[in-house]
Amino acid sequence: MLMSFETIVFYLFAALSVFAALRVITARNPVHAALFLVLAFCSMAGIWMLLEAEFLAITLVLVYVGAVMVLFLFVVMMLDISLVQLRAGFWRLVLFGAALAGLMAFEMIWVLGSSRTSTGRVAIKHAADYSNTKELGRLMYTDYVYPFEIAAVILLVAMVAAIALTFRRRKDAKSQGVPEQVAVRKADRLRLVKMPPENRARQGLDSTEEVAR
Amino acid sequence: MMELLQTLHQAGLGLFGPLWLTVWTLVKIVAIVAPLMVGVAYLTLAERKVIGYMQVRIGPNRVGPYGLLQPIADGLKLVFKEIIIPTGSNKFLFVIAPIMALMPALAAWAVIPFDVGMSAANVNAGLLYVLAMTSLGVYGVIIAGWASNSKYAFLGALRSAAQIVSYEIAMGFALVCVLMVSQSMNLGDIVRGQQGGAGLFGWYFIPLFPMFLVYLIAGVAETNRAPFDVAEGESEIVAGFHVEYSGMAFALFFLAEYANMILIAALTSTMFLGGWLPPFNMAPFTWVPGLFWLLAKMSFVLFLFLWFRATFPRYRYDQLMRLGWKVFIPLTLVWVVVVGAWMQTRYWLW
Repeated sequence: MLMSFETIVFYLFAALSVFAALRVITARNPVHAALFLVLAFCSMAGIWMLLEAEFLAITLVLVYVGAVMVLFLFVVMMLDISLVQLRAGFWRLVLFGAALAGLMAFEMIWVLGSSRTSTGRVAIKHAADYSNTKELGRLMYTDYVYPFEIAAVILLVAMVAAIALTFRRRKDAKSQGVPEQVAVRKADRLRLVKMPPENRARQGLDSTEEVAR
Repeated sequence: MMELLQTLHQAGLGLFGPLWLTVWTLVKIVAIVAPLMVGVAYLTLAERKVIGYMQVRIGPNRVGPYGLLQPIADGLKLVFKEIIIPTGSNKFLFVIAPIMALMPALAAWAVIPFDVGMSAANVNAGLLYVLAMTSLGVYGVIIAGWASNSKYAFLGALRSAAQIVSYEIAMGFALVCVLMVSQSMNLGDIVRGQQGGAGLFGWYFIPLFPMFLVYLIAGVAETNRAPFDVAEGESEIVAGFHVEYSGMAFALFFLAEYANMILIAALTSTMFLGGWLPPFNMAPFTWVPGLFWLLAKMSFVLFLFLWFRATFPRYRYDQLMRLGWKVFIPLTLVWVVVVGAWMQTRYWLW
């Protein structure tokens, strides 16, 4: 059976994301792991694009790849990580990790494999002028406006809390007083002196010394 | 024009059958990328000439008439140079970084409308797509800085990462204002929203003037251009992220920077300066094709880029961060509210 173009693209992206996700946890170098995570996000965005969820797909790239992972890399690159230390507790944690992974896999099979939720249903194809973004925005700001706003406030609180927990004011810290810097006028720093022109050649060395003084 | 395209489509369908869509897309890509590369080459010459005249010099004038063949000579020189891969560097990432820098600069062109209905892809979420693509450009810089295994390159990469993430927020909010006013994320519809009898008074740079400035300045910062070129900072960290690069690998970073400049110029023209629309809705102006107007506006914005570089000294790093976080982001946030309120009154004319 000949596969349709979309199916081929789906399997391509799916294989890429599985591979990238595996490399995230198997890569020895943390920077490589972070970059594989970027690859995983990009291929997931491709899969979402196939589902006509272009807003989610582009936002995934914009927010996670374009901002969050940049900061991740920023931190990971600056850390001095010893690989021995990283692998120290591996065998102690592997059981717990495997149990967690098994649970997640079971949940996914339970949800996706059930005939009530997904099997045998085909998503409706929309016309080319259908805007997923507009529909999402309309729903978010009408039917779901309270949950949306509450989620936003919770995130804001989390952000404020994170900053408050990690911010330490140092006693010896120095900072720029920007308003003072901006308020400086030319007259405060510079004094222009008017003086008559001098003919050095005629007056000789004595007067040059006088000028220097 | 439309009939010509129709016959072309018919002929193509007959010739290639189901593959015609692929062929036609490739044709469109070449039609965008080839002039873009020529534009990049001559933008480097324009930069040297413009800055030369601003500093009372002549600029390059030896290769060809008026130095017009200088970019080609530069390109040839770079092609024939050896690409040196430093010892202790990460070879794969070192090689892939320049590609990562150039890729988003080219990919974002897919949604830019050049004239009525003239764009490689008519995407509904075009504005988001552009924002996502321009935010990917930083990876080239970060990966280059890290893979080089050099302190200077790494410092440049860190500076660039912090700077681009900071200015992206202001840039995004400026675009939110455009989106509110035009009520569309399709770049073609954004240009159509600026159409009207008033000519250039209907363009969005008038109601969104602060956002226009913020977008332009954030664009300069996003492309790592002077006075925001702390990622290179040749007097502080020699050449920043590309200090270890030579030959064509270095040239790719250069291409990416200039392609990004042209992209920001195209986006500024599309969103704030009316894209392909003529400045006055009168006879002699409407005869000129829209592509000319877009290119004229882009050239103006690009001239601003060169002018900035010749005029302003480099920002100190803390000043740069302050401008991004404490000036631009509050300003854009306030303007989103102002525009939102203004649009509800009857004094909204756009």
